[in-house]
Amino acid sequence: MFSFLLLSIFLLSTLFSLYFGTSSETGSSLFEGAEKALAFCLSAGGGICLWSAVMEVMERCGMASALSKALRPLLGRLFPCASGDSQTMAALSQNVSANLLGLGNAATPAGIRAARGLAGLGAEDELCLLVVLNTASIQLIPSTIAAVRASQGAVSAFDITPAVWISSVLSVCAGLGAAAVLRHLWR
Amino acid sequence: MKSLLDLMAPVLICCVCIVAAFRGVDIYEAMVCGAKKGLRVVLDILPALIVLFPAISILRASGLPELLCRLLSPVFGLLGIPEETALLLLLRPMSGSGALAAAAELIGQYGADSLIGRTAAVMIGSSETTFYVIAVYFAAAGVKNSRWAVPAALCADLACFISSAWVCQLLWG
Repeated sequence: MFSFLLLSIFLLSTLFSLYFGTSSETGSSLFEGAEKALAFCLSAGGGICLWSAVMEVMERCGMASALSKALRPLLGRLFPCASGDSQTMAALSQNVSANLLGLGNAATPAGIRAARGLAGLGAEDELCLLVVLNTASIQLIPSTIAAVRASQGAVSAFDITPAVWISSVLSVCAGLGAAAVLRHLWR
Repeated sequence: MKSLLDLMAPVLICCVCIVAAFRGVDIYEAMVCGAKKGLRVVLDILPALIVLFPAISILRASGLPELLCRLLSPVFGLLGIPEETALLLLLRPMSGSGALAAAAELIGQYGADSLIGRTAAVMIGSSETTFYVIAVYFAAAGVKNSRWAVPAALCADLACFISSAWVCQLLWG
């Protein structure tokens, strides 16, 4: 699918630049793009690594597991089938807490364990719900995009955080709402 | 409130380090190890970005996104989403690196503290690579039928984009 996407981007851009008469910009933009990619990784990479370092400390001092314990009662209500199975429930709350803290490396393995557990329990609706929760990002610290903003000269890289929270919460609510409606319609 | 947000990063680091010191975690060793993991993440996405940045650049230079913006602007205007973010929105559910490349272009072009730059950042920060997540989770669970996961996830994405645009307009418009 990715190859198709790339092929169509290159093909459409070339054809349309002939049509629009923008061929000189288009020709030079390719190599500028490659240059920008490297510059981007060098300038935003430092910030990304620094946050990865802070998150490693968070993980090692048990913040993720404390959060996952605190989340368990709430998640038990959203996932009634899973709450009967302690291993699936543990993986599930680990997944959500790691997502909240932005620990991508920890979130995916835990989420996969939870998904396997839910599939084993035959809880198809709850599996869908887990996936929807994971596609609607819920991050307390938007570190990657803050690093990008800082590298592009933002005065205060994290000042978008409240907006990210509001928008994340609304998107999770929309996901949960859509799930509540669709699981009844889907027969 | 503003200075608190300016100091968010240092305050957070202080808090984390205090807890770590109480728990007897070797802070320096943990941070170096975490930075190494971060470097691996950057190195992992770099080849994809080297392919995708030129693709986004050539696409933008060709003038096709402007055409797309003009076509979509009635819908976007109705939803209150800035039409400049059209490309970012289309790429976001499919490719994380592609969306990051599109957002970096927007932030570079309009400025990190501009309304468009901020909206792009909030959109990226509050959404995920939907189709990738769905593919990974259902494949890992060995379930072929994703049932209502795709429509529900896309609803959440749409809500995310609309609310990002509205909240940014409200705070910085």
